[in-house]
Amino acid sequence: MSLSTPTLRIVLYEGEGAQPLAAADRYAAVSSLLEKGYAVTRSATDRPVAPADRSPMLVLGRFPGPPPEVTETDIPVRFHDITALAPAQLADLVETVRADTGAAQHGAWKPWFPVIDYDRCTNCMQCLSFCLFGVYGVDGDRHIQVQNNDNCKTNCPACSRVCPEAAIMFPKYKAGPINGDLVSDADLQKEKMKVDISALLGGDVYAMLRLRSEKAKSRFSKERDSDKALAERQKCLIKLAAAGDIPPEVLMSLPSPEEIARRSEEAQAKAAAARGAFGTPN
Amino acid sequence: MSQTPPSILYCHCQYAQVVPKEVKDAVLRGLCESGVAFEAVADLCEMSARRDPALARLANAGPVKIAACFPRAVKWLFHQAGAPLSPDGAEVLNMRSLNAEEIGTALFCAELHANLPAGKVAPSDHPTAASTLA
Repeated sequence: MSLSTPTLRIVLYEGEGAQPLAAADRYAAVSSLLEKGYAVTRSATDRPVAPADRSPMLVLGRFPGPPPEVTETDIPVRFHDITALAPAQLADLVETVRADTGAAQHGAWKPWFPVIDYDRCTNCMQCLSFCLFGVYGVDGDRHIQVQNNDNCKTNCPACSRVCPEAAIMFPKYKAGPINGDLVSDADLQKEKMKVDISALLGGDVYAMLRLRSEKAKSRFSKERDSDKALAERQKCLIKLAAAGDIPPEVLMSLPSPEEIARRSEEAQAKAAAARGAFGTPN
Repeated sequence: MSQTPPSILYCHCQYAQVVPKEVKDAVLRGLCESGVAFEAVADLCEMSARRDPALARLANAGPVKIAACFPRAVKWLFHQAGAPLSPDGAEVLNMRSLNAEEIGTALFCAELHANLPAGKVAPSDHPTAASTLA
């Protein structure tokens, strides 16, 4: 999936040269397009809308005569008459134009990713240390930032729980303050908001997984009982899932303990380097 | 002399079920029935993730009322997309906590009550929904 492809802007035009839509038709048209992931501008003269830019644009309207002429040729704009189109047909038309213009396709990815509240963030790098999937990085000034949104595991809010300041939001999460609701002192005191999710397992989660891996290896050498070792790991992960509200499928799809340890060391080294640049203690 | 009212931005939160459907549908229906100009986006989160240039377009279009979710989330979604909202020029109406009537009243009010949080805001620092709408 590419998040950098430009998106198609749709303008529902009801001004001069077009017939206005009935309110019910307008609602049906706009909602059908939103449900397909498109942004729609409904223009009128009462208040401003965002100006045109270089994004591809499709202007829809009920044009009794020829559609308006395009006067600004540097803006990729097309016009379409929608007089005879039902909402479903409208969505099909727009999808055809989208594909034709090479604009981004919507809905291929649930937009689940962390959003940092920099009013709260202290740049402690706990999130960078914790995330195994390379979602976080630092900018040129060694400030934490979200760099790879689409690496994030859908419905997993784990990194927000390791943040000591509750500075990491997932706007589509069910409850506050992770969903962006205000952070209360009580939130910061809650056990589940405490710094170290690994405490849920009685210690560093990665160390725990490594230890269990070593124990498992030891057992393999004695018993060759891989099923038992796998059951052990799953038991550990299920406990973490339940306590941290982490989707079991995320935990069950984690890499091997050895790979987790390797990625963890990488992430912690990145965080340590960033902290070092600030002279922040580990 | 009449003042131009703030522009209106509506988020449909298409890719999650966290905004009550009856609220967002009623708000959208109200916008469509009103005849006013508005911008409707399928999902601000998705736009932020892809750093959609449309967010800069929307953030830079002057004072704006945004029907979406929590102001703290909306503020940083725009920021993360490289399109920060003006602290004095944005009013966010939370469809997760307000009802459609409250949202509609605030959206169509010509006066803008800027409410983006600044600093480590605690619940006690924040105006209630009622005072926001007053």
